[in-house]
Amino acid sequence: MSSVSLQDSQGREPSASPWEAVIGLEIHVQLNTDSKLFSGSATAYGAEPNSQVSWLDAALPGTLPVVNEKAIRYAVRFGLAVGAEISRETVFARKNYFYPDLPKGYQISQLDHPIVVGGAITIFPGESGEKVIRLTRAHLEEDAGKSIHDLYPRHSTIDLNRAGTPLIEVVSEPDMRSAAEAVAYMRQVYTLVTHLGICDGNLQEGSFRCDANVSVRPAGSQTLGTRTELKNINSFRFVERAIRHEIRRQIRLLESGGQVTQETRLYDAEKDETRPMRSKEEANDYRYFPDPDLLPVRINDALIDKERQQLPELPQAKVNRYIHDWQLKPADARLIAGDKACSGVFEACVSAMQKPDPVLAGKWLLGEVSALLNRDALDWAALPVSPQRLAGLLDALAGDTISHKIGKDVLVKLWQSPQDTAADIIDREGLGQMSDSAALEALVDEVLKANEQQVADFRNGNDKLFNFFVGQVMKATRGTANPVQLKTLLQNKLNSSS
Amino acid sequence: MSELMRCGLHAIGSRLRAGELSVADVVADSRRALHKAQPLNAVITEADETAIDAQAHIAQQAITEGRGGPLTGLPLIHKDIFSTRGLRTTCASRMLADYVPPFDATVVSRLAQAGMVTLGKANMDEFAMGSSNENSFFGPVRNPWDQQRVPGGSSGGSAALVAFGAVPVATGSDTGGSIRQPAALCGVTGIKPTYGRASRHGMIAFASSLDQAGVFGRYAADCALVLSAMCGHDPLDSTSDASGPVDYTAELEKPLTGLRVGIIPHWLENTETGIATAVEATREALEALGAQSLPVDLPNADLAVAAYYVLAPAEASSNLARFDGVRYGHRCAAPADLDDLYRRSRSEGFGEEVKRRILVGTWALSSGYYDAYYRRAQKVRRLIAGDFDRVFGQVDVLLAPVTPEVAFKLGEKADPVSLYQSDVFTIPASLAGLPGLSMPAGFSQGLPVGAQLIGPHFSEARLLNVAHQFQQHSDFHLRTPEAFT
Repeated sequence: MSSVSLQDSQGREPSASPWEAVIGLEIHVQLNTDSKLFSGSATAYGAEPNSQVSWLDAALPGTLPVVNEKAIRYAVRFGLAVGAEISRETVFARKNYFYPDLPKGYQISQLDHPIVVGGAITIFPGESGEKVIRLTRAHLEEDAGKSIHDLYPRHSTIDLNRAGTPLIEVVSEPDMRSAAEAVAYMRQVYTLVTHLGICDGNLQEGSFRCDANVSVRPAGSQTLGTRTELKNINSFRFVERAIRHEIRRQIRLLESGGQVTQETRLYDAEKDETRPMRSKEEANDYRYFPDPDLLPVRINDALIDKERQQLPELPQAKVNRYIHDWQLKPADARLIAGDKACSGVFEACVSAMQKPDPVLAGKWLLGEVSALLNRDALDWAALPVSPQRLAGLLDALAGDTISHKIGKDVLVKLWQSPQDTAADIIDREGLGQMSDSAALEALVDEVLKANEQQVADFRNGNDKLFNFFVGQVMKATRGTANPVQLKTLLQNKLNSSS
Repeated sequence: MSELMRCGLHAIGSRLRAGELSVADVVADSRRALHKAQPLNAVITEADETAIDAQAHIAQQAITEGRGGPLTGLPLIHKDIFSTRGLRTTCASRMLADYVPPFDATVVSRLAQAGMVTLGKANMDEFAMGSSNENSFFGPVRNPWDQQRVPGGSSGGSAALVAFGAVPVATGSDTGGSIRQPAALCGVTGIKPTYGRASRHGMIAFASSLDQAGVFGRYAADCALVLSAMCGHDPLDSTSDASGPVDYTAELEKPLTGLRVGIIPHWLENTETGIATAVEATREALEALGAQSLPVDLPNADLAVAAYYVLAPAEASSNLARFDGVRYGHRCAAPADLDDLYRRSRSEGFGEEVKRRILVGTWALSSGYYDAYYRRAQKVRRLIAGDFDRVFGQVDVLLAPVTPEVAFKLGEKADPVSLYQSDVFTIPASLAGLPGLSMPAGFSQGLPVGAQLIGPHFSEARLLNVAHQFQQHSDFHLRTPEAFT
């Protein structure tokens, strides 16, 4: 199947491919409000099954929904952040279908007059590219409960804790052309909603889920091919693999003279394949109609203005500031700004430094600190070293008190002992670089004297021995010699004929 | 019947507060009358005796300590559509035959707060769907004026019990006429307030955009008392109006001088003669009290029944989806799988009329039919509301018949569509969300006739004022079915 090798190492489709993929995403963003969309029940994850269920959530007769204003505010905040139009009057509609984890027999969602209309997200696929993905809409809706089918052999069980949790469903236009673009888009939306503080971003707990609509068409064609919908993919890696796999499957099908069936498919991560869930022909007629229990929600200027004022700095603005004001490399700037916690640590570090050095801070965070986080499988929010203590380390590095290599050791020690500052560790362990040139000179003399043969060889042209002398002095100083100073000294001594 | 219960809330309440009667006396009297009314089959569930005694005790204490309000210690029956904490609430359906709510409807809790004592739950049409009270899982209610005849519906039990004199007042709900039509057929006063005036929280939904709680009483003044206690904004109902409680008794004594009364000639032509005559006589009586009348027209009102029977079933089809046999309510025995659980639980749990409306509503909302039915019916609804707006630029209230005919015989209207026509004069106000009141206005063939008052939004006080003034000069509301005297 060499003809369908779709992507090069950067995730771009080779231009020679006769096929073009067309992808649109529907992302379900769980809003981190304290209570549900229409009831006062808590929304905390992982509680005892059915412990966060009000009479409304269980759909007892006579219960009525009352909309959570915070969810409205969060949706407005999202709309403002993507430059969308905020509907001044937004309507909740009932989506009717029967399922045991949907207690009312309908989901309260939105059809006409969604709260957020239009907007766009800029993505940066690959190293340098930039592309605008248009949004169709974002609407508010309530989540369903959970059906658990594998607890008992002959029964399913229902947990309604999640039933009624607020979501916004962010619907993109079919503007993406590769799995890599789809993932870049998904990451960008993720970064945005976590920055806005409207979603906790916990992928394992299902706070951020994605459905992908995928079709292929001959390159250059303007008409859309038949699409399939990939359901409920909740990690970036799986989205990329599922879409890539689905594109490949559709091309293979079309090239062998077959046709794509419009259907919903599930991605099986273990087998790395998609398989049909149910065909659209059999799908429910949801019989949407405006929910008569909820009047249209009016959103006034005051609410919009307040949200606008409270809007935090958006990730893109952060990236620009890091690049232009702080001279970070674009890729580094995007990496840091892409994670809310990371950018928080970064900015706190920079401002806590005696002489702020964003480039040094960025280099360390993305390098050594990232490496330790990976080693311990931690995310930035769980960083064991406070930005202030990191700043102490960065100060020592910036002031040449310690070398990069010693810095790594100090970082490991900071990681392990929550009380010590970098200065404490450096002092206690005598790790400060020998800036006393007389002392260093004495040491150099000692080393040269002890290795007379090597000195002679060097002077006879064996240049490689220079590093041997550096190593010997470093060993004697336990790495605390200032490497630049040391090299200068050595050069002077070795090159002088005495 | 009970002579005491016929006296009404004002009279009984004064005697309670004067210490002439105890709450226990009043409650015992009402309970005796309820037992005498058993042939009417108007009660589904009686409240537990200890619960009644506890409420009565608290009320008596309040009265003794001088904290008694106008409703303290007075008995009532709730339509079985209102959730009552710890007291079975069936909505007259097999589906909920064993359902005991864990909370009170707002209407129930507010009246309890006012000191009223709940004696039980009144029979009704299943899920409030019907105009004859023949669609109850617990059997039909009989009209106290003629037990071979229907009391009207869906709040038939409430109307029959007040007419019989078993309780001074009872709650009801009105979606397309379910308070006004049985009030007319049983010869009592019944008022449906403006949509949004009384909370729907805890009232089992039939058609959410139309359902509205209200009250039956012998006297308009009693209805005013109860309505004052049960209405007002409820944060648990998003469609409830933001305004607070209103004292509907404040304007009862206002003279009717200058009142402009609109008559719809077209409607009078389409009622039986006895009813048209009674409405005419009511107009003359109001004119004698200083009102003036003029003919008006609601050109789109003829479309109301058709629009209603699209909209109400559409909402019902969705509202009743929660009765699925999964969490509460009727569940079929030994379901083979999920589909079987749904199919049999619902087939067994719902009666014929409920199933009919679920099917009609499901169809009206289906893809491809939505525009032709649901959307169009909404348009008709707006047109009718517009008609009323225009008319209320000319008049203060409308005086109209409530029904095209007096109480009909049980089983007489087997064809559902002919039964739907019983609500032809009540549905227009429902679609427009307007308050409507039915008051006793005469007799035809020995059976009660009601006259309907319809006013603009939030004109309940005015409607009650007109009815009260009319009742000061008429005695139709004071008559009692002969069989029970």
